[in-house]
Amino acid sequence: MFAYFTGHRSEIMAELWSHVQLAVIPVIIGLIIALPLGWVAARFKWAYPPLISVAGLIYTIPSLVLFVAMPGILGTQILDVVNVIVALAAYAVALLVRVVADGLASVPADAKQAATAMGYKPLGRFFAVELPLAVPVIAAGVRVATVSNVSLVTVATLIGTSQLGTLFSDGFSAGTDQSSPILLGIVLCIVLALVLDFAIQFATRALTPWLRAVPKT
Amino acid sequence: MWTYLSTGTNWGGQAGLWTNILDQVEYSVIAIVIASLIAFPLGLWIGHTGKGGTFVVGSVNATRALPTFGLMVLLFIVLSPHFHGRSNAVYIIPVEIVLVLLAVPPILSNTYAGVQSVDPAIRDAAKGMGMTGRQVLTSVELPNAFPLIMSGLRSASLQVIATATVGAYIGLGGLGRPIYDGFQQGPFQDTDPSRAATGQLLGGALLVAVLALAIDFILATIQRYTTSRGITGRYRRSTVLAGSQPVMAPEPEKVISEVVAQQPRRPGLRPDSVR
Repeated sequence: MFAYFTGHRSEIMAELWSHVQLAVIPVIIGLIIALPLGWVAARFKWAYPPLISVAGLIYTIPSLVLFVAMPGILGTQILDVVNVIVALAAYAVALLVRVVADGLASVPADAKQAATAMGYKPLGRFFAVELPLAVPVIAAGVRVATVSNVSLVTVATLIGTSQLGTLFSDGFSAGTDQSSPILLGIVLCIVLALVLDFAIQFATRALTPWLRAVPKT
Repeated sequence: MWTYLSTGTNWGGQAGLWTNILDQVEYSVIAIVIASLIAFPLGLWIGHTGKGGTFVVGSVNATRALPTFGLMVLLFIVLSPHFHGRSNAVYIIPVEIVLVLLAVPPILSNTYAGVQSVDPAIRDAAKGMGMTGRQVLTSVELPNAFPLIMSGLRSASLQVIATATVGAYIGLGGLGRPIYDGFQQGPFQDTDPSRAATGQLLGGALLVAVLALAIDFILATIQRYTTSRGITGRYRRSTVLAGSQPVMAPEPEKVISEVVAQQPRRPGLRPDSVR
């Protein structure tokens, strides 16, 4: 496994880098889209059921299906990386809309009232009070989305996108010593998932200083 | 795509679409049944006794990071030299191992979270009425946890159906077959005016999506009619227990259940308050 790594260092580093991009960018795009949608779902009661059902429906579509259908929907080439990013972003939105809505709904009403009494306008109150207080719940969803994304990205190997999953197909088609690249790919995926997960937890901790300001009861 | 799906000869025969659909269902059902036999009793036991909750949360997060596709290829390469003869067990066994590994965590964590999320007051009341531990589990905790347990089963089924298609890469049948074969012939780039490969690929893709939706719909219907009426509130509208309604979307429950598992005592995060 290590011999394989040293022998193919530059390719593997390139694959690792594109894997990182394919795992992280869709979650960021997904979060940006999910925030306003989740706000609508939390703010207006009538909007919650349809938004959440549509999100659940998107999640029902298998990843391979979404990958191969994207060129048809977007008019891109099958080898285009955009397909993978859009497909994974759709999953991230599907997962995060609910999380954002539930996170915003979990903000205590007294906190919102206090903020209003202090003179916050609705928009300012959202960014200064509601969103930060919803961070723990949203972050839990972002962790799930990111970690499962890392393993979903490998499926994109089947449509020819280069990332760590490429090591699996390399191993599959290799003549001898097939397991080294595959094992290496699995290990790198898990390590990457752990690193990203840790980074999100660290960011969450930095964003929620108040959770440690008061001793836990 | 419609040409491919509407051509009768594509549906029949050994490699036809009907066989693909039946294979896909067969692989998925086997995996779900095995996974349920493992995860469901374990989840009930862990939830009931409260022992090993951290183990559940940890193992769920760990398996989510595992690239199932890679594991499938690895198992195939490791196991294939040990199979001989004409059976296709050599393809099925690696895929089934991976699918079971994939399906256990959502069922386990949702069963655990479901039992854990039962209001302690209800549990105390049951004990106070003189119920034994087993009775509390079967007639109080289980019905209360049922919506969450079913949503775990639903998300596990979806993941299994989706991932079973990837098995086509190592040579398994099922609905991954037309997708993968279509891709091998050069989808979207085929110059053939009928665009047969593209049609085959998209036709297979559509069938997987439809199958996944159909299975989810069937499970949702089962959930609707097997959940205790005292839980759903279909019994009498005015006596609904605060917010314990079944939840609709399949996957995102897992997020909630994990939040529950990690912070069981925080009000506002319990599944019954988020709906």
